[in-house]
Amino acid sequence: MNYIDLHAHMISRTTDDYHRMALTGCVAVTEPAFWSGRDRLGPLAFADYFDHLTTFEPERARQYGIAHYTWLCLNPKEGEDRELARQVLALIPGFLDRPNVLGIGEIGLNRVTRNELATFLDHVELALEHRQLIHIHTPHLEDKYKGTKVIVETLANDPRIDPARVMIDHAEEHTAPLILEHGFWTGFTLYPRTKASPARALDMIEMYGPERLCVASACDWGASDPVAIPEFVLEARRRGHSEELITRMVYGNPAAFLGQSPKFRLPVPAPINAPVTPAPLSTD
Amino acid sequence: MDRYANTCPLSQKQLLDEYFMEHRAQVLALAAFLDRFERSAERNAEDDFRMNAFRDALALLLESGPERARRVQLAMSDRNLDLMDERDGQSAYGAPIRAASTGSVLTGETEQ
Repeated sequence: MNYIDLHAHMISRTTDDYHRMALTGCVAVTEPAFWSGRDRLGPLAFADYFDHLTTFEPERARQYGIAHYTWLCLNPKEGEDRELARQVLALIPGFLDRPNVLGIGEIGLNRVTRNELATFLDHVELALEHRQLIHIHTPHLEDKYKGTKVIVETLANDPRIDPARVMIDHAEEHTAPLILEHGFWTGFTLYPRTKASPARALDMIEMYGPERLCVASACDWGASDPVAIPEFVLEARRRGHSEELITRMVYGNPAAFLGQSPKFRLPVPAPINAPVTPAPLSTD
Repeated sequence: MDRYANTCPLSQKQLLDEYFMEHRAQVLALAAFLDRFERSAERNAEDDFRMNAFRDALALLLESGPERARRVQLAMSDRNLDLMDERDGQSAYGAPIRAASTGSVLTGETEQ
């Protein structure tokens, strides 16, 4: 079954993972800017990162027939540093016109501090100013409930925000209803240990319905699975759900959200060997 | 009234036939972890905030009523909605540290 992984940090994955994703039906990924596992040394590191996300990574994906899109921001883990945030925010407009940039993300909160919220709001302003889609990270574990509540209530009180153009990601059982009832899109993250399993994601789809819901792997440098979406498909079939519902969850819904950007094209089979600027296949 | 009644397409019998074994294993993993905790070489975290949240969550499993997963999530959540004045660290711990006194050495989750 063809699928779109709406949240995949491919910079952290090997080319073998692109291969496995292609073999299992992945036709497109979107890659939000995120934390590298350590705080970056300064704004130039972000410029380099954004350049990588908009040049090398789409070319690496193309070689496996996968369309690669991206989102740009200073991630919530580094949002506490307001000076760094100002410097990185000043860089982002220079990248927004690149062909695979869909919007601003993954912005949000981490430990839910005053500075993190200020940095989040600066990113929202940037997105509004440049008419960009917004992709939001909700905090981890014990911080998810309060962080999601702060994000949803803050955005819901801003009349300039169209919730249909906002994805509030990493929802779980205690946050999904709040997000959905305010009209936002939301995502269930198939990430072992700290987010949702395929079975729990499916439980929530059964309870809340398929409207404005997506699933994604969020595969990154941590323990995670780049073929988590095929695992979800398998679980849905095990429970007897229709192919129509499954296709909607892994292809139709993400395509509907992402298609609000004029840059996003519904993936169609394309010759993998079409002539383009060559990129190295090995890392050495 | 359970607003989510009848939303799982499988019957109870089908659920047991298909999923009992994997969840039996998960119950045993929990039981063995609790045994291991009690057999520990040093009993220095009896009232650790994570273990307290864990016990609260286990108690919820045997309560009646729907949405146990949501209730367990809330038991593991920081429900103090005040913004923190400044960041206390990069990582979350899985249970609300602000609601309990601490003193233990902590290692939070490090995923992004």
